[in-house]
Amino acid sequence: MKFNTNTANRKIPTELHGRKLIPFSGKGKGPYRKRKYAPKIRKVSASDNKVLKSLRKAIKKSELTDGETISFHHHFRNGDFLLNIVCHEIAKMGLKDIRLVPSSIQGVHKEILPYLEKGIITSINCGTSGTIADAISHGKMEGLLTIRSHGGRARSIENGDVEIDVAFIASPTSDIYGNINGVYGEYACGSLGYAFPDAQFANHVIAVTNNLVPFPNTPISISQEHVDTVVELDKPIGDPSGIVSTTLRITRDPKGLKIARNCIEVLKASGLLKDGFSYQSGAGGTTLAATNYLREYMISKKIKGSFAMGGATKSLVKMLEDGLFKTILDVQSFDTYAVNSLLNNLNHIEIGASQYANPFTSGCVVNLLDTIILGGTEVDVNFNVNTSTESDGRIMWGMGGHQDTAEGAKLTIIAVPLLRGRIPIIVDDVISINSPGENIDVVVTERGMAINPNSPYYSILKRNKKLDIKSIDELKKIAEDLISGKPKKPKTTDRIVAMIEYRDGSVLDVIYQVED
Amino acid sequence: MKKKEAINKQKIKDERLRRTRLYVPGNNPAMVQNASIYGADSLIFDLEDSIPLNEKDAARYLVRNALQNLDFSKIEVTVRINSLETEYCLKDLEAIIPTKPDGILLPKTELLEDVLTIDKELARIEKENNLPIGKIQIMPIIESALGVLNIEKIASGPRVTVIGLGGEDLTADIGAKRTKSGKELEYIASRIILACAANKIQAIDTVFTDINDPQGLFEIAKKAIEIGFQGKSIIHPSQVEPVHRAFMPTEIEIAKAEKIVNAYKDSIKRGLGVISVDGRMIDLPVVIRSERILKRAKAGLATDE
Repeated sequence: MKFNTNTANRKIPTELHGRKLIPFSGKGKGPYRKRKYAPKIRKVSASDNKVLKSLRKAIKKSELTDGETISFHHHFRNGDFLLNIVCHEIAKMGLKDIRLVPSSIQGVHKEILPYLEKGIITSINCGTSGTIADAISHGKMEGLLTIRSHGGRARSIENGDVEIDVAFIASPTSDIYGNINGVYGEYACGSLGYAFPDAQFANHVIAVTNNLVPFPNTPISISQEHVDTVVELDKPIGDPSGIVSTTLRITRDPKGLKIARNCIEVLKASGLLKDGFSYQSGAGGTTLAATNYLREYMISKKIKGSFAMGGATKSLVKMLEDGLFKTILDVQSFDTYAVNSLLNNLNHIEIGASQYANPFTSGCVVNLLDTIILGGTEVDVNFNVNTSTESDGRIMWGMGGHQDTAEGAKLTIIAVPLLRGRIPIIVDDVISINSPGENIDVVVTERGMAINPNSPYYSILKRNKKLDIKSIDELKKIAEDLISGKPKKPKTTDRIVAMIEYRDGSVLDVIYQVED
Repeated sequence: MKKKEAINKQKIKDERLRRTRLYVPGNNPAMVQNASIYGADSLIFDLEDSIPLNEKDAARYLVRNALQNLDFSKIEVTVRINSLETEYCLKDLEAIIPTKPDGILLPKTELLEDVLTIDKELARIEKENNLPIGKIQIMPIIESALGVLNIEKIASGPRVTVIGLGGEDLTADIGAKRTKSGKELEYIASRIILACAANKIQAIDTVFTDINDPQGLFEIAKKAIEIGFQGKSIIHPSQVEPVHRAFMPTEIEIAKAEKIVNAYKDSIKRGLGVISVDGRMIDLPVVIRSERILKRAKAGLATDE
């Protein structure tokens, strides 16, 4: 196998599974196509009926065949049944060599494991966690896992890197003509943003719902002209308790709270935190705590922000309701409070994955972010962030919008503990890179923070006496001193099981099969 | 120069800032490892009440190793040993003293003799380990009616720089009800503060057990400061912030204290016998209190908003 070295200093094969790979060469320098991909034209006339009761019939009508590509969204998160149901059906129909392109694979999807082993599903494109991720790490799938960011996924669908033959859209509510929204019904999940590119660019679109309503269903998130079939399924497509939580838990771990507080100190010192400020937060315990500290500070200084981007959570929606932000732009809604807000508040806007983060459009929203607070499983001394692999080399997570927001935001903060148990989080070299160090400005830990010397915010933050600033090497050394040493690197075979794309489609890194 | 000597005599033996003393269970490796990151002025690694009997040995060795290997930089490091009547007390001292903690908290102190006994043992162990004699402080905790009645003597004991009020056991001992406002401890608190002031040492208030009520903690810490406590014992890292906020003087207090301290410095420079601010005579205790206020302000500004 021939290799190139990319600018993140990773060895990338020139070709893998028949695809020629373009090595990552820095942000804004990736491959670029002149035209968007165009899906097949379909024709539905006045006498046609779109509604079917049988999923099997809908799949047959789509003319899905061996070797083709199917897609799903993950707005039902760990409460999603549809991906499993469709894969079971495909297996029963005798289809094989299917490429799976969901926006994420979660723990609940472990049911499809036998289909990876039997060659029914041969490759997956998405962020993956849980049992399936683990199985891929152990070499149980024939083809490759391609890990993309949310923006990268939208880009790959729109520029034709990924041609979706059939998109299956789990629909909380749909009318008989395929107008879909996520705000009504037992399985309400809020925004359907990640499914927008699928609906617009797939060759065939099947909406699957348990809540079929008369035409027209409003509000319309995904509209009828993209939808070929509406399946009214007699079994549940999801589990409401896994789709939205009633309360997301803010961390009570004092270490997490300290990190959260320090993130807000960085923000205050950066000079960005003033009227018109824009912010994105995740739904992790530490970031939720940071959002709450941000709230207190904005109230005390009477700061009015412009927009907040979701992952919409109750904390964020409360800030909208209290006038701390003018608008929420919502690509996914995490809790019932956010779902209700999307339905009722005119300033809570649903956006699609492309509008959110696709780099190859006439401008996505991450470009307008002032700041983003992100996490990671590891950070290295070059500020590269790993979100996908754990310290034992196994794939455990995807990356969400990490790359997109890190590149887009003016100030990108990585909030991580220095140690998880006895595992140091700041290391010489991350096992795999999801977010290149050139996009990272500050790494905040419970024992101080490191500022990237190449960050435009380096000098302004460095001047601030209140910040406990250390070099990234110092942070690494503190961690090593605490556990008296460096852990060994995990052992891997020479077979590549996964590839991490940058959002532009170039290749950042590859992941090798772990040794059993 | 004469005045400088006079003020030193009036100062407490150890002017260290101890707004917060954080209890850390000695048997929890993660908590012990991270204890230093939360900004508490003082750490108390506990070998006593938070440790189950079957983990006493494990906790003792974990704390010993932590004190040997971890860097606590400028934070005061103390250990609460088991009380004198237990079989663990001496074992605790033998294991911990060689690691040179700043102080030993002696729970259930009731008599001056308790302090004298510990002082003797400390001196012996210090000698055996070639350590300077008398550097490690004794910090009694008063947790019984008898202890309260003997507070004047205890406060005068050797190595004693700080006395803590142990409110939970004490209310039980006197048969009172433990209330959130702490009114049952008012007399006792005042008596301890008085005894400490007379002996130029610090009095530290008891813990506030509701870790989900930062506002309640803030208010009760404010009251404790008003009556003369120099710090508060805390049981959770999240309690650091509200207590430090309570210790933060107001801008008016800071301005006034600055004026007084400047006037004092000026009077020394010019060799004046009296200190006056805005035409009013100022006595030395007022200067000392003003210095303390400035110290708290400086610490508060360095860490908090």
